[in-house]
Amino acid sequence: MSKMSGLGGRLYRGETAVDFIGKRRRWYSVSALFVLASIAALAIQGLHLGIEFKGGSSFTVNKATATIEQARSAVEAAGIPGELIVQEIGSDKVRVQTGALDTVQNNAVQDALAAEFGVSVESIDTQIIGPSWGKEITRKAIYGLVGFLIVVMLYLAMAFEPKMSIAAIAAVVHDVFITVGIYALVGFDVTPATIIGFLTILGYSLYDTVVVFDKVRENTHAITSNSTRTYSQAVNHAVNQTLVRSANTSLIALLPVGSILFVGAGLLGAGTLKDLSLALFIGLAVGTYSSIFIAPPVLAQLREKEPAMQALAKRVNARSGGSAAVAPSAAVAAVNGRGPRNQPKRKGRK
Amino acid sequence: MSTTNKPVKTAARPGRTLAILALVLIAMTSLVFIQGAKSVRLGLDLRGGTSVTLQPRIAPGDEGKITSDAIDQAVSIIRQRVNSLGVAESEVSAQGSGTNRQIVISVPGDTGRRVVELVGQTAELRFRQVLASASGVPSASDAAATPAAGVSAEANAKFAALDCTKAENLQGTGADAPTDTLVACDRAGGTKYILAPAEVLGRQISKASAGLDTQAGSAWYVSLTFNNEGTSAFGALTARVTSLPEPTNQVAIVLDGLVVSSPRINEAIPSGTAQITGSFTQLEAQDLANVLKYGALPLAFDRGEVQQVSPTLGADQLNAGLLAGALGLGLVMIYSLLYYRGLGIVTVGSLTVAGGLIYLLFLLLGKWIGFTLTLAGIAGAIVAIGVTADSFIIYFERIRDEMREGRTLRTAVETGWVRARRTILVADFVSLIAAALLYFFAVGGVRGFAFTLGLTTLVDLVVVFVFTKPLVSILSRVSFFNSGHSWSGFSSKSLGTVVAKEA
Repeated sequence: MSKMSGLGGRLYRGETAVDFIGKRRRWYSVSALFVLASIAALAIQGLHLGIEFKGGSSFTVNKATATIEQARSAVEAAGIPGELIVQEIGSDKVRVQTGALDTVQNNAVQDALAAEFGVSVESIDTQIIGPSWGKEITRKAIYGLVGFLIVVMLYLAMAFEPKMSIAAIAAVVHDVFITVGIYALVGFDVTPATIIGFLTILGYSLYDTVVVFDKVRENTHAITSNSTRTYSQAVNHAVNQTLVRSANTSLIALLPVGSILFVGAGLLGAGTLKDLSLALFIGLAVGTYSSIFIAPPVLAQLREKEPAMQALAKRVNARSGGSAAVAPSAAVAAVNGRGPRNQPKRKGRK
Repeated sequence: MSTTNKPVKTAARPGRTLAILALVLIAMTSLVFIQGAKSVRLGLDLRGGTSVTLQPRIAPGDEGKITSDAIDQAVSIIRQRVNSLGVAESEVSAQGSGTNRQIVISVPGDTGRRVVELVGQTAELRFRQVLASASGVPSASDAAATPAAGVSAEANAKFAALDCTKAENLQGTGADAPTDTLVACDRAGGTKYILAPAEVLGRQISKASAGLDTQAGSAWYVSLTFNNEGTSAFGALTARVTSLPEPTNQVAIVLDGLVVSSPRINEAIPSGTAQITGSFTQLEAQDLANVLKYGALPLAFDRGEVQQVSPTLGADQLNAGLLAGALGLGLVMIYSLLYYRGLGIVTVGSLTVAGGLIYLLFLLLGKWIGFTLTLAGIAGAIVAIGVTADSFIIYFERIRDEMREGRTLRTAVETGWVRARRTILVADFVSLIAAALLYFFAVGGVRGFAFTLGLTTLVDLVVVFVFTKPLVSILSRVSFFNSGHSWSGFSSKSLGTVVAKEA
């Protein structure tokens, strides 16, 4: 652990630095690959939607001796139309999912299961979803998503800079795409709890980005007034300085989410806890990646297009021994070499 | 890099801030005892019960005509139905905003099927001639009396036995067929009636409003207007009954099988506009007008979602939620102790204070605004452990950064705070935006999640400002920390600096 703290110190002073900005093409390619794979998975496999979106009923019987075959034949004997999905949940439950049924049919399934397993009708956990319900929650989720992106974009534009807000939102959209892609690829069930998870990730993914950008803003506060660093170099330095922080905050955020996932999947088998925490877990991991590898390079690219920043880059390059390379990666490499020497100068200024 | 090395003023009196926090916590705890909020109210998914979410649906062509009033009316009709079950702590509420609202019904315990069957029916408004009326208790004399004209012996017997003081007889079921003779109570349970088949339907009303007649000694009245069909039907009904003896000259306004009002018809009304007068208060007149308006455009409901949770599953989910919370909290505490060593104690303390504060708020909000904790709510609170701990990390790392710049601990604690504070505010604000939007765009379980997530984010802000920061300020004066002890989390080794001594 203290090794990692020590690393924090070296990263802070720039003695050790990872080139996040200069190698952006590499990160972009990795992300583009993932996004393309996600789109392909969505197009080919699609999402595995829970009954909440399609309409249908779900009945769970609490009995250790209950078997899938028993449940299936009991429900089939009750004359329920459509396909049945019968699963074991945990070690002592069996769940039967049907298509959309009317009240009479729902009661018939409950009665059949109660009679088959010798339990009371009330002890069967039932969930009945109307056919129009899915549309309603999908519509609301989309409203929520769009509303969130707009409000946060405006807020970040005010709190930080407009370009930071664009870069942050680009990273969030990237996160959502990849998370949804993973869901399509692996075939996890998408339920309303998953959607809550997705929406929460948006907030969380931004948390890390906010921390990085806050440092960027501090580092670039009066960047054009001296010529020690280009904008890209300053951003890269900020990412390195906050690296340990990002790793820590992400890990700490993952610990409780992981606990929910462990307990939800391990003890309950299925339901709100598992769906929610799985979406959060995947999203958090992707969000941490994007707040380091996607948001800062996008920001640097956006800002480097400004004439003032290009002029700065020219001055910095002229100072660093006539190297004509304007490409940020070469410039960052130069900073890396200069890191330790840079330190006394900064102290002396105070 | 340009800030001075002087301590910032916010550090002025960390001891006093902590004392105030302690007082607030004590005050909240006593409030909990005074208000008798002994336990957190649990949602149905944690203790078993049935919840039904209904979505108002209106006949094709009438879309967009759902008004807020109509939904309020529908909620009160359903509430009446659910209350008739006599299950304590049943709840009926509208969620969402404006006309795009869902009605959520939750009934604890094993009532499953009855609730589902009870709430789905459309409630209709009808006008029926009164055939007989009596005070709302069973009576032998009514049973012996010869049935009034047009009343079967069967209906008469039912009428005699009807006890309007019993809750189950004050429920509408939507099962009052318009072509049948109806035996019914009024809404308050004080009077019972035998009513003729319906002659005018609620849908035939085109307008209804409450008004104040200033000339007749400021009396409130309700006026209503019928459409073409309604005008002729109501004209015929009033012309026939107006000359009949009491109570058969009354026309009952029946909503959902219960008599809302039974005005006497003073004259035939062929014009299609009528006024109901009486000793109305303003509220009564407005209520009646609302009932009539609702009757004009009754809402039907789609069952959006029905969830029946057995008490066994409820208990399982509660235990799982609590276990996940304890595990998550434990892991975060262990991690921060390992990573931040001495400073980790601040994290553990802050999380404990935050946890206590949230528990007190759950208790009090349960009492004040009927807050119930659901499984999704527990998940929201657990996720928030991460958010809360994150803000400590941001602060601690900031302090270390300041020390790497060569500042002493006591100075770094203050300058680092000024910078960390802003980051924490912006980051928490983004979390709050997410929670608020989730809350407004969602129904049921999602709302519970958003509510606890938002609440705990606010608690996080409070704790960081009035507990964590003052505590760190105080600790920075303790030699264990400011001398850079190897277990303090501020040693030069863990900072990666060579010199970090008190200047």
